Parts: sequence; C-alpha cells; structure tokens
Amino acid sequence: MRKLILAISMLAFAGSAAFADPVADRQALMKERGKIAAGLSKVVKGETPYDAASVLTALQALQANAEKFHAGVDALFPAGSDIGDTTASPKIWQDMAGFKTAEGKYLADVKAAVAAAPADADALKAQFNTIGGGCGNCHQSYRVKKG
Amino acid sequence: MPLLKKLVGAALVLGGVAAIAGWFLSAPVRLGAATLAQLGPGDADRGKRIFYAGGCTSCHAKPGSQGDARLQLVGGLELKTPFGTFVPPNISQDTKDGIGAWSVEDFANAMLKGVSPSGEHLYPAFPYISYARMKPADIADLYAFLKTLPAVAGKAPANSLGFPFNVRRGLGLWKLLYLSDKPVVSFPEGTPQPVQAGRYLVEGPGHCGECHTPRDLTGGTRKSQWLAGAAAAEGSGIVPNITSGEGGIADWSEADIANYLETGFTPDFDTVGGAMVDVQRNMAVLTREDRAAIAAYLKAVPPHPNGYPARKKPAS
Repeated sequence: MRKLILAISMLAFAGSAAFADPVADRQALMKERGKIAAGLSKVVKGETPYDAASVLTALQALQANAEKFHAGVDALFPAGSDIGDTTASPKIWQDMAGFKTAEGKYLADVKAAVAAAPADADALKAQFNTIGGGCGNCHQSYRVKKG
Repeated sequence: MPLLKKLVGAALVLGGVAAIAGWFLSAPVRLGAATLAQLGPGDADRGKRIFYAGGCTSCHAKPGSQGDARLQLVGGLELKTPFGTFVPPNISQDTKDGIGAWSVEDFANAMLKGVSPSGEHLYPAFPYISYARMKPADIADLYAFLKTLPAVAGKAPANSLGFPFNVRRGLGLWKLLYLSDKPVVSFPEGTPQPVQAGRYLVEGPGHCGECHTPRDLTGGTRKSQWLAGAAAAEGSGIVPNITSGEGGIADWSEADIANYLETGFTPDFDTVGGAMVDVQRNMAVLTREDRAAIAAYLKAVPPHPNGYPARKKPAS
C-alpha cells in the first residue's frame, strides 16, 4: 500500500513538471489519470484489500490531476493542436463549450468522491462507476482512434 | 448492313433478357414457411438479452438519450457514410410511425432477410447481413421484448442517398452476393462451447464485423480480413483490429476482453471511446458468461494484420 501511495505521489510530481508541448502535456495527464484509476479498480474488484487511507490518497491524486486539466484546458488544447500525434477529435474545437462541460462534470464527480470519502469497497465501486462513465462520455465524442 | 442489324437486334434481345433477369434476381425474398415455423411464441425476458446483444438502442434511440429514454426507439440518428446519410427509423411500438403494427413474421423478414412488410429491400446500414445468422427463436424473443417498450409517435427523417444507392431494388443483387445465414468463421468439431456461443453473439446479433471488418468496393465485408479493423464508416478515424494479428489484441487475455466489455477499461487503463461507448454499455448488461464467450471467440478467430492503412506521419 505504501508503494501505491509512493507511486501516486511520484506520478503527481511527474505530472506537475511543465512541458512545452501541449499534446505531450495532456497525454501525460491522461496517462497519470489511467494509472490512478487502475489502482482504484483493483480495490473495486477485490484484488487489492480495501484501505480507506490509500483509497482517499488515490482519489485526491485523481482530483489534483483533474484540477490541473481543468485549470489548463485552454493551454492544453490550443487551436491547431488537433493534428500530429494526437487522438484528440476535431470536435473538441468545434464544440469547445461541450468539451469543457464534459471535463467540468468529470472534475465535479471526482471532487464529490473525495468529499464523501467511501467507507468500503462497495461505496467506492459506485463512485468509481460514475467517474469511469465520465471517461467514456468524453471519449465517445471527443476522441478519435487513429491507425 | 444486315449484319449490323442482326448485331443490334441481338444486343437488344440480350439487354432485354439481362434486364428481365436482373429484375427477377433483385426481387425481395421472404423467409420460407420452415423458418417461420421455428419462431415460436417468444419470451420477453430472453428477448432483453438479445436486445442488448444487438445494440438496437445505439442507433434507434433519439441521439443523446440517457437512461430510460434509451428505450424510446424513435430513431433519428444520422449515419453519415460515403454512400450518403442513413437515418435509423422509429422502431417503437407506435402503430403509425413505428413498428407496432408489424407481425412477428414481418419483424423476422426484416431481421433475417432485410425485407420490409411492404416488400421493399431495407438498406444494410440496418445490419441484417449479420442478423441473418440469428436463430428464429431469438428473433421471436426480441419481438416479444420490443412489445414491452413504449410507443412513441414521430417519424424520423428519410435517408439522403445519391444515385445509384437510392434505388432500393438494386439491393437485391447486392444481397445475392452477401446475404447468408452461414457462420463466417468455421471451427473444427470439438471446439469448446463458449467459442461457439461467442461466434453466434459476435457474428449474429452483436454484428461486430460491420464496423471491425474492412469492406470491398461494393460495400460487403471482406471475410479474408474478418475483424481486422477498418477505416471508420463515419469520420476520419479507425475501428481497431480485434483479432490477434499484428496491431490487434494478441496481448489481451480473455479476462481482459471480458473486463473491457464490462467496465470500458482497456488492460492499460485507457478507456472505451467513440461509437464503442454505447456498444460497451450494452455489453455490460449481458451476463458474465456471454461476455466470456465473446472473449473466447475473439481469441479463437484467425489473426490478421490491421485492415486499415498505417497512419500517415505528419510532415514536420
């Protein structure tokens, strides 16, 4: 469990380092998000025993990540950054308001999970499903798979 | 020039024969009595599984619907393809705008033969090429389940297709090429039951091959590249290779595939995206056994390298 916390702290640190490249920057945030979600998913599935402190730490890391994304969304997705090595859909720029609503809702869901810290794996599961649904909602419209 | 006259005459006769033959060959073909007899009484509870396996609501719910609104099958989504724009119709129980007045035989002819109650060919954007592999009893179950869903008034807009795709009759010839109730992948005898159950779900109701398999010039799926991934029919993206060939899912275990279908998370904790989001949410409603069967089948199909061209590197 200490390892998990350490890994998350290191990831959070890596995520805070400034990149000059918005595509690399946003991809790093997404990768970090996925790693934290992977750790939580293990708890939901019962592969890692439930531990309130480490779950809360993970959720807080998820919140810090979402806040970084939220605060930097304009810098992370500047006009013209839909080309190159990115799977960001042109729809982001066609519908920036919708994109921001989706990413704002994700942040709100994560914050709600931190505020109502889950007491057991079942409570975490419900929150995790809401948060995970947000991943799908956004990727449904705003990401495009490329070969 | 008697010879020329003769030639012209022969050409006219041949052309006439071809036209008449084409007319007969392109005629809509309905199900025979033997198949209709297998429909049975239908069971709504069992039909619910087929409804989610088939993903009906992904195309027939009003675009953007959430929750229970996804059971209002009013149509209206726009599928923008190279052939034109297809608009899935209202298949709610409304007797005027939906299919509330259809008999189970009407429904079976649409699902298994792509023929409407009035005897017209349906466009294969409605994936009856896949549904044709379904068991008649499952069709009757699905019909019974649809009967439990609400009637919603309102016609969806018409398709918007250019010539020659707007000539429905032409689909008759196309069906001769592609419509078959035979499985795509043949397995040797003694193949484990889950693989066979998965084949039915994937090749039949699940209609996975419709997006995950590249198409030939006339719009049929290339069986030699079955599930190898393809350029998306809509937009500029790709639909991934779900065989174990290069670029595919060789490094996913069966448990990884089943987990993805249940939760939307890939093994490296990326998430489901695009049109697959709705599909995955439907798959999550299925039983664990059904998802495991789909996974078992996908690990058993012949591996192919990616069925879409490699991504162009951006010019620097």
